[in-house]
Amino acid sequence: MDYGTWRGVFSLIILAIFIAIVVWAFSRRTKKQFDEAANSIFEDESSIDKSDKPESKKDE
Amino acid sequence: MSQTIPQQPIEYNMKVVRQFTVMTIIWGIVGMALGVLIAAQLVWPELNFNTPWLTYSRLRPLHTNAVIFAFGTSALFATSYYVVQKTCKVSLFSDKLAAFTFWGWQAVILAAVITLPLGLTSSKEYAELEWPIDILIAVVWIAYLIVFFGTLAIRKTSHIYVANWFYGGFIVVIAMLHIVNSMAIPVSFTKSYSIYSGAADAMIQWWYGHNAVGFLLTAGFLGMMYYFVPKQAERPVYSYRLSVVHFWALITLYIWAGPHHLHYTALPDWTQSVGMVMSVILFVPSWGGMINGIMTLSGAWHKLRTDPILRFLIVSLSFYGMSTFEGPMMAIKSVNALSHYTDWTVGHVHSGALGWVAMITIGSMYYLVPRLFNQKEIHSTKLVNVHFWLHTIGVVFYIVSMWISGVMQGLMWRATNSDGTLTYSFVESVEASYPFWTGRFIGGVFIVIGMLLMAYNCYQTIRAGRRETAAGNVVQTA
Ligand code: HEM
Ligand SMILES: [Fe+2]
Repeated sequence: MDYGTWRGVFSLIILAIFIAIVVWAFSRRTKKQFDEAANSIFEDESSIDKSDKPESKKDE
Repeated sequence: MSQTIPQQPIEYNMKVVRQFTVMTIIWGIVGMALGVLIAAQLVWPELNFNTPWLTYSRLRPLHTNAVIFAFGTSALFATSYYVVQKTCKVSLFSDKLAAFTFWGWQAVILAAVITLPLGLTSSKEYAELEWPIDILIAVVWIAYLIVFFGTLAIRKTSHIYVANWFYGGFIVVIAMLHIVNSMAIPVSFTKSYSIYSGAADAMIQWWYGHNAVGFLLTAGFLGMMYYFVPKQAERPVYSYRLSVVHFWALITLYIWAGPHHLHYTALPDWTQSVGMVMSVILFVPSWGGMINGIMTLSGAWHKLRTDPILRFLIVSLSFYGMSTFEGPMMAIKSVNALSHYTDWTVGHVHSGALGWVAMITIGSMYYLVPRLFNQKEIHSTKLVNVHFWLHTIGVVFYIVSMWISGVMQGLMWRATNSDGTLTYSFVESVEASYPFWTGRFIGGVFIVIGMLLMAYNCYQTIRAGRRETAAGNVVQTA
């Protein structure tokens, strides 16, 4: 396969992979997982901040 | 064996986030004030005070480096470190390396502030810094890459939230672009020559330049959008599916559009045409992302009326939409023949830089500052609102001035008399541009005043937070 043909084939491969990603993203199987992911940023856990601990507060 | 009960609060490293957040605000003021100075120099050239290191030619790269690498990149460090920890529910992979990225990056900026006014430059746009600084950048960037991907690797969640994909893409591609484009042969400590030459050099340079815009000024800030817009709107992103497609479409297409910076040059014609076509296609994922961000608000539009922070975030997206419509249009060769080398490009850059990048950053900083400094909300929402209007008016002043002067310059330069001679001399087009350059200067002043208000507002918030921490009150922040 010469260079030009290979580049053409390569473009087609990328296109196929891209279409596969679109099909996968919009398939019903991923819906639940994606909904969970989208809402995951709202699971508010209480958190503490390492540097708020007494020893690092000495400079205050 | 360490006993981790699920209920136990997670210990995050917020120190480095706080440091980068404060520096974002400070460098924002410095970089934009420099912008105002050079804008003023174009109207009143005496403002270089006949001093070599205050001349426009040296301060312009200092301005661009300051806003892109000091202001913008500090914001990306701050928010990526914050988002990756929050969404992976784990502290940073290495606190020491994270601290190194902070001090290392400040050292890079300081080196830029010293060398650029001295006139030390590799002369590649947005990659002006000389080789010793380039090496430091590469080292800091690899440390950043390790901290970020290390944190993803030790995450406590199963899914990697989409914002991290954009941040990750940005970090990897910038490492690649920087290292390839900066390849040079040093001839002394302060001088080097690029290993590329001719048309290949131009192509590499704009492969770098265009993708610095595409990944640093776009993908990185889209990471910001996918976290802070849903958080501030208090609703999940409009379509998570779309966000996945958005990511893959954007990163596969952006890389090919660089030649639109080299239309009608020595670059082979076919390369220019490929760049043009890819640029036009790029419109689609760009708008997909913008719609995804804006539609996150659907059903809650009323929040825009009362929440100026959300307004910063959403208006930034409309500027993003505007510049990603304008960009593909300007990539069309016949349009580019008019716009290139004129102020139109500068107007386009700033609807992206001041509209999109700066506004999404400002919104995210207003979100972060109270949370990072033990406060429930920002000191004064009223002042945020004043900032919003100052900034918006400033940006509109800036880009409308540049559109008019840009199109005017393009038309004057191409105008010919019936005998084929040029209708206008170049200097006539400069003279005609003065009113618009004054307009840009005024817009810039509005923007810098807004930034100063922001600094004051954040300073008051941080002070109140410090007082409460000292008194032992820990405010529960979300
Ligand atoms: C008060 C705010 C600002 C003012 C007044 C300002 C002003 C200017 C001026 C006068 C130039 C040179 C234009 C020329 O060559 O004719 C410039 C270039 C540039 N500025 Fe700004 N600027 C501001 C903020 C920003 C911000 C926030 C960013 C990015 C985050 C930015 C990014 C750039 C870039 C990328 C260029 C180079 C454009 C090109 O290559 O043609 N600026 N700016
Ligand atoms: Fe570009």
